[in-house]
Amino acid sequence: MRLSRTATPLLFLIPTLLMLTVFVLFPIVNTIYLSLVDKQGEFVGLGNYEQIFNDDAFWNPQNLAEGKPPPYGALIHNGIWILVHLPLSIFSGLLLAVLLRDVKGGAIIKSIVFLGMVIPLIVGGILLRFIYVEDAGIVNGFLRTVGLGSFARTWTAYPETILLALIFGTVWIWTGFSMIVYSAGLEGIPTELFEAAKIDGASSWRTFWRITIPMLKPATIVVVTMTVLWELKIFDIVWIIQQGGPQNASMVMTLLMFLQAFLYQRQAQNYHTASAIATMLTLLTIGFAAYMVYRMVKS
Amino acid sequence: MSKTKISTWLKRAKRPNIKKTFAKLRRVKKITILIHVLAWSASLIWIIPFLGVVMASIRPMQEIVNGWWNFDVFTPTLRGFTEAWTSPPDAPLSRAILNSILVAIPSTFIPILIAALGAYSFARFKFPTRDLLFLAVVLLQTIPQQMVIIPVFFLTIRIGLWNNYLGLILVHTAFALPWQILFLRNFFSILPVEVEEAARIDGASYLKIFYKIVLPLSLPAIASLIALQFVWVWNDFFFALTLIASPELRVATQAVASLHGRFIDWNIVAAGSIIVMIVPIAIYFALQRYYVRGIVAGSVKG
Repeated sequence: MRLSRTATPLLFLIPTLLMLTVFVLFPIVNTIYLSLVDKQGEFVGLGNYEQIFNDDAFWNPQNLAEGKPPPYGALIHNGIWILVHLPLSIFSGLLLAVLLRDVKGGAIIKSIVFLGMVIPLIVGGILLRFIYVEDAGIVNGFLRTVGLGSFARTWTAYPETILLALIFGTVWIWTGFSMIVYSAGLEGIPTELFEAAKIDGASSWRTFWRITIPMLKPATIVVVTMTVLWELKIFDIVWIIQQGGPQNASMVMTLLMFLQAFLYQRQAQNYHTASAIATMLTLLTIGFAAYMVYRMVKS
Repeated sequence: MSKTKISTWLKRAKRPNIKKTFAKLRRVKKITILIHVLAWSASLIWIIPFLGVVMASIRPMQEIVNGWWNFDVFTPTLRGFTEAWTSPPDAPLSRAILNSILVAIPSTFIPILIAALGAYSFARFKFPTRDLLFLAVVLLQTIPQQMVIIPVFFLTIRIGLWNNYLGLILVHTAFALPWQILFLRNFFSILPVEVEEAARIDGASYLKIFYKIVLPLSLPAIASLIALQFVWVWNDFFFALTLIASPELRVATQAVASLHGRFIDWNIVAAGSIIVMIVPIAIYFALQRYYVRGIVAGSVKG
């Protein structure tokens, strides 16, 4: 049987459209609906959103304003994650990509750095918890060796330290991504540019800022987009280390959503506020991705 | 007179030059050495945590507490591996590894087949709303798992697929389609169309062209998809956590998470972590070129 040119594309697309409609599109619409009604199914407008902003686990800026340690609430924690993790992981990835280009054994080092992107994030979380443990963790072993033993502690056990400890740990996990994308970007820069700069007598410092960095702009847009999306969606690591604790000090949006929908008992369990959190998270991810795609298309 | 003068000129002219060249050489060398030292010590930061978990997996708890980097006493043991592999008795890690394989294999091949058909349609045919539809499909990539999980949870309960691998496989399939379609459409659109047109003139159907010509030509792209998707499903924790509940059905990430209880025996947890992460690491090293190409292409165009 020969299919026509008009029927074929439709037939080929049917499985895709069916799967996406049932398991992605319909659930998205349903989650938005759930976020707008209460437990009795009554329409409450943005009531559920109001409720999550009244929940200290989601939004607690007082501590931040008073200069107190976390918890600041999941939304602010995700924000801090972006503010600290994004520049650090971009910078270390770029640094490694540039350094390792002319280093003997650079390819091996790259493979090892990239392992953070390959292992399950659950295992990544276990690795992080292990390096921060008071007696057996290498971080404290290092502090004792350099004479700072009085600071040694289980860094993931205290509200003052857990958030930053996890953020620095996720830099360790995620640097491989920016390194790989920047490495590919570096390979794409035509060598004539560097040769011309050399003939003109430009220093390697100047060449780096005037040629390498601008030519890497497309790579940077990709790295920033993917990294911010990853920071907003972070779940496994926070779950495995303290399930958002102690005292919500490492709570993030994905985890709070999960706890409200599936783990809290009876009264506290609430699909509707959980849906409101999921919807807000999705607006943030889609909004940011759309903005970055728009910038990419414009440039 | 002129001879000596010339030779002194030459000496004067040459001496500083030679010196300069040597100084330059030495400086270049210093920088190269500095870069090597810097790069290798930076890489230590990435190696040490892995070394630590390997050490912890083969040393008893007392020695781990003293610091796995201390070797005053060193009694290697495989107790951690045997304990992790066989405990808890009703649902050991060995069972969870098998379960993960059972989930990951169909969750890898089913979406690739569906996505290839869809991507081919987007790459080779013109139909109304095509570009809009494509953009919509691609945008779904950014949807967090949390945005679908409550309705998916109820849906799978209603159709009897909750706590059932088929449900988990279908959800993984749907979530893989957007990025795989984007990846494959980009690949298909750089394949030469002449062969396909010739086959069409010879009377081959579109379906036949698809699996006799297009799929074989796309093997490098499909290798990237296999590597990335298998590792993605193997590593997934959130969908498994919400859709699989019975201890004997739990997948590897769930099992290693439950080894990591309130009182942690790092020997067992480290051994379990190694067992669970060795699979994606092996796939990565076996298919490294395809893996990295998939990450870069998938994200550069995404």
